[in-house]
Amino acid sequence: MAETGQNGKSRRRGVAAEGFLLAVFALLGLVFFRLQVLRSSTFELRSQENRLRAITVPAPRGTIYDRHGRIIAENVPGYSISLLPGSSDTLRATLDRLAPYVHLSEAERDALLAKYARFPTQPLVVRDDASFAEVSAIEERRPEFPRAVVEMRPRRHYPAAQAIAHLVGYVGEISGAELERPEYLGYDPGRIVGKDGIERQYEATLGGVPGVRFVEVNALGSIVGDFGPRPAIEVRPGTDLTLGLDLALQQYVDSTFPEGMRGGVVALDPSSGDVLVLYSHPTFDPNAFIGGIDVGLWRSLRDDPALPLLNRVSTASYPPGSIFKLVVAAAGMADGKLSISSYMPTTCGGGLAYGNRFFRCWKPGGHGLLPLARAIQESCNVYFYQAGMRVGLDGLLAAATRYGFHDPTGIDLPYETSGVFPPSREWFDERYGTRGWTQSVVLNLSIGQGENQQSLLRMAQFYSALATGGSPIVPHIVRSEGLASRRATWGLDLTEARRRQLVAALTAVVNEPGGTAYAYRSTRWRIAGKTGTSQNPQGLPHSWFVGFAPPENPEIVIAAIVEFGHPDNQVSLAVPYGIGILERYLDSLYPEVPFPRGVSDAYTP
Amino acid sequence: MKVDWKSTLWPGGDPRVPGLALLLSLLGIAMIYSAGHVDVPSVATGAWRKQLIWLGMALVAFVVVSRIPLRWLDWASVWLYVASIVLLVVVLLIGRGPNTRSWLYVGPVGMQPAEFAKLATILLLSRTFSSGRESIDRLSQLIRPVLIVLLPVSLVALQPDLGSSMVFGAILIAGLFWAGVPLATLFMLVSPGISLLLGFSPVVWGVWFVALAVFLYLHRPYAAEGILVLLANVAGGALTLPLWRSLAPYQQNRLIVFLDPTVDPRGAGWHLIQSKVAIGSGGWYGQGFTQGPQKRLAFLPEQHTDFIFSVVGEELGFLGVAIFLLLLGWFLHRVLAVARAAEDRFPSLVVFCLFAVWLVHVIINVGMTVGLMPITGLPLPFLSYGGSFLLMLFVGLAIVSRASAEA
Repeated sequence: MAETGQNGKSRRRGVAAEGFLLAVFALLGLVFFRLQVLRSSTFELRSQENRLRAITVPAPRGTIYDRHGRIIAENVPGYSISLLPGSSDTLRATLDRLAPYVHLSEAERDALLAKYARFPTQPLVVRDDASFAEVSAIEERRPEFPRAVVEMRPRRHYPAAQAIAHLVGYVGEISGAELERPEYLGYDPGRIVGKDGIERQYEATLGGVPGVRFVEVNALGSIVGDFGPRPAIEVRPGTDLTLGLDLALQQYVDSTFPEGMRGGVVALDPSSGDVLVLYSHPTFDPNAFIGGIDVGLWRSLRDDPALPLLNRVSTASYPPGSIFKLVVAAAGMADGKLSISSYMPTTCGGGLAYGNRFFRCWKPGGHGLLPLARAIQESCNVYFYQAGMRVGLDGLLAAATRYGFHDPTGIDLPYETSGVFPPSREWFDERYGTRGWTQSVVLNLSIGQGENQQSLLRMAQFYSALATGGSPIVPHIVRSEGLASRRATWGLDLTEARRRQLVAALTAVVNEPGGTAYAYRSTRWRIAGKTGTSQNPQGLPHSWFVGFAPPENPEIVIAAIVEFGHPDNQVSLAVPYGIGILERYLDSLYPEVPFPRGVSDAYTP
Repeated sequence: MKVDWKSTLWPGGDPRVPGLALLLSLLGIAMIYSAGHVDVPSVATGAWRKQLIWLGMALVAFVVVSRIPLRWLDWASVWLYVASIVLLVVVLLIGRGPNTRSWLYVGPVGMQPAEFAKLATILLLSRTFSSGRESIDRLSQLIRPVLIVLLPVSLVALQPDLGSSMVFGAILIAGLFWAGVPLATLFMLVSPGISLLLGFSPVVWGVWFVALAVFLYLHRPYAAEGILVLLANVAGGALTLPLWRSLAPYQQNRLIVFLDPTVDPRGAGWHLIQSKVAIGSGGWYGQGFTQGPQKRLAFLPEQHTDFIFSVVGEELGFLGVAIFLLLLGWFLHRVLAVARAAEDRFPSLVVFCLFAVWLVHVIINVGMTVGLMPITGLPLPFLSYGGSFLLMLFVGLAIVSRASAEA
């Protein structure tokens, strides 16, 4: 544009254009410098997040063994199917397409979408117990399901199934409520945790620490490949546990439980505190819970009036009945108010009149006049009404506190119940008013009735104190030296001579004519024990048996109850059942002893 | 017979202009090659071979067009313009494309008539300015040039092609600027456009209108001109909302997202966010040629066409970006030098308008990869994959070289 007379103007515009060009490129350069150099780390991170998806690699849970190395809980290979996060619309569509291959009902799909809505950034576990057939159906159609992740994951299996259900518990996916609890801090949704029993109690030990693996995905969320050769965070498998349990005995207990009845059994090794047997009936198969229990089965278990999910050993309590008479005897002997040969003023003629009431003995004809040893052997109520009065309400309340009847035993199982026993006179005042009750409560308490509810475990622990003297060891499921040295905070305050007198009386219960368990005496072993009949408002009396053997150097203490198992004075289901368990255990301990062994000749190993 | 190859293939003039263009084209093909290296199936795979073929054809076109004396183009500009208008009408009738009817297909080969129309409009506009004897300082003198641009702009806007419409606007302003139109007149001319942008907010528009009135009072144009400008601004402000509603939803989204990409991070904001992540993760030295994970895993959209510069940023880092920007800037600087050195008005205007078009392409394309500009789909000269665009680029380049040789 040199030909016009505007040379100066065109030069100025040329310079302006050059300046504009320079400004544009300088600005672009600055913007890129800021983005690429100054803020690079932010975007590098975004790029990583963009393409990597974390997949949790579940840790194999520790194996659980019994005292002889038999497997109680193990891991078998299983498959899980999960979907990488995406939009909920595509997720719905994917689930609908997936449904025919992995058998997902409409309700299950809705539940999965609801779960996804709560944890939208986590891979959604669709099935954690897929069968091989389901997995291969998906693998065959890989291109249709680019976001599906199929993984081998260890699956829990309990070979003894229903025999160990209440003891071992079961595992399942962590719930929303559990995720909020402090002990599950750092747990991710979808993780399998112990829900009950040992699996729950020892979750921290058994659970291990899951690892993390990264997969590289493209913009559509399809998996392109593994990122790196090894998991980013290595899996730390759970630690194995060895229990004091005798699995063979537990299975025997399961197989011989009285047909059609309910109840429970616990057996302890009094010298170590090991729980040898812990069994509750009716029971269930814990394997049914693995990978999510079927809703129908769950409802039927939950709504069953027989309460199959209830652990009747440590989370339920019963009126102890005559089993409790030994507490009265021990308390009286400790206070010096009773001796093994003490007689009571009133002879048993089938009952005792007190105030304006008549308190019955279980034997309508009466026991006549007898000392403490025979009162135990024949379980005379009239004797113990009077013995209780001699100990006195205050003495009895103090003894219950002294022997720990208000506290849980401290066993390593979740949800242990505490016993119920009046702690003081004020307790009665509050309950019935100062004038609403009389000294007669002591009569009921003395024979294990009234305001007295104790768990099988608690009664077993009291009898192991009787069997060994001193402070019993806190019962524990897992075998460990630490646990075996933990003693209860209370002890039996009897001299050794007096304790032996009580043991002799308990031995007579089973082995001497007139003893309440004499009809079921063992032909092979000397056994000490006490029968019990507990009146209860729900129906027929419960049948109790608590015992130990051999009496002089006990290897096993057992407490067994059969609910409503004492329909009349002839049959008490728990007694032969409990004695059978003791025999079975001693047989397994001393197989070399020739058969049959003398009944009266005490065999002392 | 001895052929003088040098004078046959080479029109003469500044060798740096075609030299830089060829270098940038080859580097561009290398980037298109990289863009094809992805872990998921993509149309970009193998695109570099087609682009290489197109480059060959573009070089042939360069040689042919550079043989044409510029006065022939001056003379033919009316007919080229008419032809381009016809093509723009045809493409509206039978054109194809993903969102817009902007592509014409002759067999398998597609072309965008808008690219051709840009060149034809530049030629006719330059002819109009260079034929006038008197200097332009009245608005009424601008009616012809404005109409020349308005006709193709309206046809392109109907496709609709937002990016190309903006380029036509740049051609008009660049032509007026280089023709020596007083800045005040230029301001009056573009003021209705500013009203159009500000019309979203009556308050802002009101402030602008008062400022404009004050300017007109101080500048004292002819009364008719002043009234016309004010009326045009009123019309611009009033048209904003109807025009906005007439935009396709994807275009509205792009403009909204330009203001705030997090509005719709999975939809319209996706392109911009992923592009920024790709560029930002490049750092100083980049992830390495062909290695960019954002691109490989298909997070980066349109990686061989609109967002090729994001691939440069991700894989070659700030150093690569700086080298490409320097080469582009140097190239444009040389083109501007040709426009400034040209003896005649016509070649000077044509070259300056081409410079403006290419600069706008660079600003809008590179700017949109970092969120400075709305996403419009304007290709980046020399780097973006696209045959007809490369072809027209080299045709323009031939005119620049010819102008340089004739000066």
